[in-house]
Amino acid sequence: MNLVESIKMALKSIKSNKIRAILTMLGIIIGVASVITLVGVGQGSSQSVTDEIGSLGTNLITLSVNDTESVQLKDDHILEFQELNGISEVAPVVTGRINAKNQDNTAQVSITGTTPSYLTVRNLTLSQGRFITDMDDVLRQKVVVLGSTTSETLFPYENPVGRSVQIEGVSFQVVGVLDSVGTSLGTSGDNVMIAPLSTTQRITQSTAIGTVYFQAESEDYVNRAMFQVQGVLTTLFPNSSDYYSVSSQEDLMETMTSVSDTMTLMLGGIASISLLVGGIGIMNIMLVSVSERTKEIGIRKAIGANRKSILLQFLIEAVVLSTLGGFIGVVIGLGVSKLMEVFSSITISYSPFVALLAFLFSLLIGIVFGVFPANKASKLNPIQALRQE
Amino acid sequence: MGNSVIEINQMSKSYELGGETVKALQEVSLQINEGDFLSIIGPSGSGKSTFMNMIGCLDKPDSGEYLLDGKKVNNMKDHELAAIRNVKIGFIFQNFNLLNKLTALENVELPLVYRGLSAKERREKAINSLERVGLGERIHHMPTQLSGGQQQRVAIARALAGDPPVLLADEPTGALDSKTSKELLQMLKELNKRGQTIVIITHDLEVAKETNRIVRIHDGQLYENGGDWFEPSRIYQNGTQEYQEQ
Repeated sequence: MNLVESIKMALKSIKSNKIRAILTMLGIIIGVASVITLVGVGQGSSQSVTDEIGSLGTNLITLSVNDTESVQLKDDHILEFQELNGISEVAPVVTGRINAKNQDNTAQVSITGTTPSYLTVRNLTLSQGRFITDMDDVLRQKVVVLGSTTSETLFPYENPVGRSVQIEGVSFQVVGVLDSVGTSLGTSGDNVMIAPLSTTQRITQSTAIGTVYFQAESEDYVNRAMFQVQGVLTTLFPNSSDYYSVSSQEDLMETMTSVSDTMTLMLGGIASISLLVGGIGIMNIMLVSVSERTKEIGIRKAIGANRKSILLQFLIEAVVLSTLGGFIGVVIGLGVSKLMEVFSSITISYSPFVALLAFLFSLLIGIVFGVFPANKASKLNPIQALRQE
Repeated sequence: MGNSVIEINQMSKSYELGGETVKALQEVSLQINEGDFLSIIGPSGSGKSTFMNMIGCLDKPDSGEYLLDGKKVNNMKDHELAAIRNVKIGFIFQNFNLLNKLTALENVELPLVYRGLSAKERREKAINSLERVGLGERIHHMPTQLSGGQQQRVAIARALAGDPPVLLADEPTGALDSKTSKELLQMLKELNKRGQTIVIITHDLEVAKETNRIVRIHDGQLYENGGDWFEPSRIYQNGTQEYQEQ
C-alpha cells in the first residue's frame, strides 16, 4: 500500500466525522494562529524599536555625563571635539524642566539648550519657522523652538511663530515649531522646547553639559569617532571614566533588540504550549478512534493488512488532522495579524519563516502524538478485534 | 482428487481461559484438496473457531505443521501471515464484516489495496468480481443500502477479488433468512463447480449437507466419515439442539 492510498484513506475517514475532526483540529489551529500572531507582535515591536533608533541616524554617538561635578564640559572642550577627524557635527546639550506659559495655557516641559547642529544630529525637521542659529547662541537671544505637542498645548488656536511665551517669568519669542517625531522608547519627543545653549544655561541656572551628541561622517567612522571622543575625554578628565559613557546607536539598538527578542521568545513559548495541548487533543481523539474502530482494524487485518499498513493509516490520519489544522492556523494567524495591524497601532511583522516553522511544528506534533494511538491500533490481535462489535 | 491445498498435521492449540488451560485443538490432521467443497461442523466450544483461525492464518498453532498452498505457514511471523491471508485466503464472515463507510466497490478493492495493485488493476478486478456475484449494477452502493443477502454477496466478491486458492466461510448464512441462505449456498456451489476450493465452518447441518465433504469437530478433535457417506442422526440432533438453544 502506498502513501497516496493511505492519505486518501485518511481523508475519507476524517470526512466521515467532520465535526469531530474540526474540534480536534481547533487546538492546533489556535496554537499555530497564536504562535504566528504573538511572534508577529513581538517581532513587530522589535522592528519598530530598531526603526525608531535607526531614524535617529546610525551615525549618532552619544556622550552622557553621569556626574557633572567631576566632568565639567566647557565650550572650549566642545571646540576640541569639533576638530576631531571623522566627526561632522557636535551638539552639546543642557536640559532642564521648566514651566512655560502663554496667557492661560501652561505646560511643564523639558527644555533643551543646544546649538544649531542639534537639528542635523537628531534628524529633526521643522514644520514652520526656523531653528536656532549660532547668532542666537552668541547673543543669548531669548528665542525658542517648540515641539509639536508643546506648541499645541500653549497655542491651541493660533500660529505660535512670532508670538511670545513666558518661561520662568521671562518672555521668549517662538521662532519655529518642530515636526512631530512621535513617542520614542516610551518618552514623547514632542513635549519639548529647544533654546540656545547659552540662554538655557542661564534660565535653568546650570552650566553643566549633561549630554553631547556627535555625528560621525559616515557609519564606517562611528567606531573610530567613538574612540577619538574617548581619547579626548581621557586627556581632559583623567581617571574619570566612570563618570561618563560614550555609546553609539548600535549599542542601544543591540540592547533594545535583545530585550524584545526575549519578549518574542516568551510569547512564542506560551503559544507553543497551546500547540502542544492541541497535540494532546489529537492523541486523545485518535485513541478514541482506535477503540471505536477496533472491528474495522480486525477486518482490515483479516483481509491482509499488516501492522505497518494499519500503523501508517492511523499515523497519517493524525498527521493529516494536525497539518490541516496547521494550515488553517497559518491562514487565520496571518489574517488576525493583518486585522490587528489595521485596527490598532501595533506594528506586526510578518515572518514567513515563523509561519513555516509553526506549520512544520504542527506536522511534527501530528507524528509525535499520532504514533502512540497508531501503534496501539497496529498491535491489535485480529481475532479479538473481529469479535468486537 | 487434485493436489492438496491445505495440509494440517498433528496441529495443537490451547489457550488460557479464566485460569484454566483449554485444549482447543488436540493433534488434529486434515487434508483439503483443490476443488474441495468442505464443511467443518461442530457446536460452540468444540474448537471450531480456533480451527478456523488456524486455517485462516489469523493465529499460530502451538505445535504441528500447516502447509497452505504448498507453503509452510505455522512458523511465519505476523507480517508474513498478513501477506498470506491477503493472497491465499478469501474470508467470508457471518456478519459480512464490510466497512460501512466504503462503497461496495471500495470494499471489494480493499484486499487488493493491501496487495499493492495499481488503482486501475484493482478496479478492474473488483468490478469483475462483483459481476460474478451478480452485483455489477450496485457497485457504488454503500453496504447500508444493500440487503443482507446482497451484503454477503459483496463479502464473497471481496473474498474472490484476489483469486485466493481457498475461500474460508465462517457461518456464511448465519445472519440470513432461509431463502437467502439457499441462494447463497447455491452461489457457493456454482463457484465450487468452477474449481474454487471452499471451506465452510458452521454449526448448521442443513448448511453442511450442501457440501461435498463434512468434517465434524468435537472437543478439539476431528472426525470424518469419508466420502459422501455420513452418519447424520447424531450430528443432526446436535445441530438442532444447538439451534433451539439459540
